[in-house]
Amino acid sequence: MSDIKPFLKSLISVSGLSAYETPVMHLIEERWRPLVDEISLSKLGSLHGLKRGSGSTPRPSIAVATHMDAIGLMVTGLMDGFLHFTDGAVVDPRVLPGQAVTVHGRQDLPGIIVQPPARFLPEGAGDGTVEVQYLLVDVGVPARKVAELVRVGDPISFASQPVALTGETLAGHSLDNRASVAALTVCLEELKGIVHAWDVWAVATVQEEINYAGAYTSAYELRPDLAIVVDTTFAKGPGANDWRTFPINKGPVLGIGPNIHPSLHKRFKELCDQLEIPFGIEPMPHHSGTDAYAMQVTAEGVPTMVVSIPLRYMHTPVELIALKDVQRTGRLLAAFIGGLDRDTLNSLSGDE
Amino acid sequence: MPANTPTIAAAQFKLLERLTNALGVSGDEGEVRRIVREGVSPFADQIKVDAIGNLLVTKHGSGRNRLRVMLDAHMDEIGLMIVSDEGDGLYNFETVGGIDVRQLVGKNVLIGREHIPGVIGAKAIHLTTQEERRKSIPLEALQIDVGPQGAKIEVGDRATFATRFQRVGASIMAKAIDDRIGVATLIELVKHAPPNIDLLAAFTVQEEVGLRGAKVAAQTFAPDLAFAIDSTPAYDLPRYDGGENTQYNTRLDHGPAIYIADSSTLGDPRLIRFLSKSAEAEGIPYQFRQPGGGGTDAGAIHRTLAGIPSVSVSVPGRYAHTAIGLCRVPDWKHTLALLHAALLRVSPGLLADERR
Repeated sequence: MSDIKPFLKSLISVSGLSAYETPVMHLIEERWRPLVDEISLSKLGSLHGLKRGSGSTPRPSIAVATHMDAIGLMVTGLMDGFLHFTDGAVVDPRVLPGQAVTVHGRQDLPGIIVQPPARFLPEGAGDGTVEVQYLLVDVGVPARKVAELVRVGDPISFASQPVALTGETLAGHSLDNRASVAALTVCLEELKGIVHAWDVWAVATVQEEINYAGAYTSAYELRPDLAIVVDTTFAKGPGANDWRTFPINKGPVLGIGPNIHPSLHKRFKELCDQLEIPFGIEPMPHHSGTDAYAMQVTAEGVPTMVVSIPLRYMHTPVELIALKDVQRTGRLLAAFIGGLDRDTLNSLSGDE
Repeated sequence: MPANTPTIAAAQFKLLERLTNALGVSGDEGEVRRIVREGVSPFADQIKVDAIGNLLVTKHGSGRNRLRVMLDAHMDEIGLMIVSDEGDGLYNFETVGGIDVRQLVGKNVLIGREHIPGVIGAKAIHLTTQEERRKSIPLEALQIDVGPQGAKIEVGDRATFATRFQRVGASIMAKAIDDRIGVATLIELVKHAPPNIDLLAAFTVQEEVGLRGAKVAAQTFAPDLAFAIDSTPAYDLPRYDGGENTQYNTRLDHGPAIYIADSSTLGDPRLIRFLSKSAEAEGIPYQFRQPGGGGTDAGAIHRTLAGIPSVSVSVPGRYAHTAIGLCRVPDWKHTLALLHAALLRVSPGLLADERR
């Protein structure tokens, strides 16, 4: 099994905000190209890699979807050389003050998120959490230069560098969901040595963090017979310890709920036992909050499954995952794909 | 330009980079002290590390009736101290020096003399309520996470932000510009010490926890006068309503900031005048820091012994005591130029004037 760490580090060293995924897309395309038979982009920018199966035509197909977009900020205004921005309500404003960011203007500009002193804000606004509307970005160049280089609508990404921590863990921005992209890459590498009857679509979707636009449209275009969505979920850690959280380094987490086909859930559980891969079960009582929500209801409907990698500090610049969970998830996906045969589809039943 | 005029060029940027990237939280300044010692050794007549950890450098002049001029820059920075090992690579910590806890969330940090990396996270926004997000996260809820295997970290180890120095146009972005830029400036002044004075350079400790190093250094040196070189906050930011900002303290791109009054010192009026006149004579831009709160090592120095006429000069800098500060190269150059020009003008009669 190859070491996925350098690739994952590279994936979190570039930006790729929702609708601006191109920088990370190029890295994924380059890595997947030798692992698949065809590769193309959807109309919205999702990356589709096809690895043909060995079965006779017409072959069923499975899509494994991992979103490649990341949360970020966007410029809403310029003021005396400083920038105002919005977080699109996906970032806790309490993680923003003092962060290093990159403003993607006419050129990339390093910036600092500034929490202005209370005396420059309305009465009371400087106490406790300072709302995003009052935070600023300073890019360290003169105001006239800022006006030349930055426009309203320019994306802003976190600039934190990847850092390897102990216990084979990695921290950085955008591990949600680049960790899953890495897991899918591990899967594709494993599939080089596995005979699989089905066609496999490796999909890196766009705009998951906004409205699943990539998942809806890729599922429509590819019409897979099955779809596995790989995303990150909440890991146990400081301040996070309830039923919604899972230990890191203890294997992938299998979703169960309305966005998940019960037979697929059961198969994954059995497969984990067979492969001796530890796993957790994640109750998803409503919306799974993943691309599966979209793919499940595309066209005539697609049986979907959600496999998740536990991640600490989600939507901060210091998200943290265990590399072993990434490897295990990749291995699990490959084994599942290898086990698909002519009868699999017929055997799926909601009444097991 | 006279041959012995200090400049800011590649070597000085490299020095400031090393100094700002170093870990030197108050009470554990050794890493910074080593860099300083290396920088000043070839130029000093005498070097001594005193009982509290100050590095004291003497450079004698050659003229007659030389004044003993103390120049001070503090080596320490604000930071964190590990206070307990909670297992699984999680550590509780306390702050050292004035830190807004809101600035700690979601940051990369370095711990201990080995610079072990860690992160201070925050739970996922998805697991918080709107009500919860309105309140800032208290220190007790924050932990340093070095990974589940833990690391060779002991209670008492210091930590600080992992920010790396970078230059962006005319700006410098780094942690601990307060006061490594003063330290870098003072190293240059030692290298280019004018002959008309005895230059007494105090690279001090524990400024951020009560100006403690400076007090001892001043007692040892017993100088005739003192200049504290620091980095003072520039609050030259827009107000939310676009109204005029009249409380900027100092502004970037306006040159060195001369202190008149802060919460611990009234600068000696003769020295304030001496500095501003020196700047004007040399065509060096300068600004007066708006009188107000805050303070520098001058607060300790001027009340030491029977009194030491003192004044502070600072490089203006934004976002002090956070993960990333920002200052401008021209302001640094002008601060160094002003101090050097002023030292050359120090004459035995400097303090003979009346205070007015």
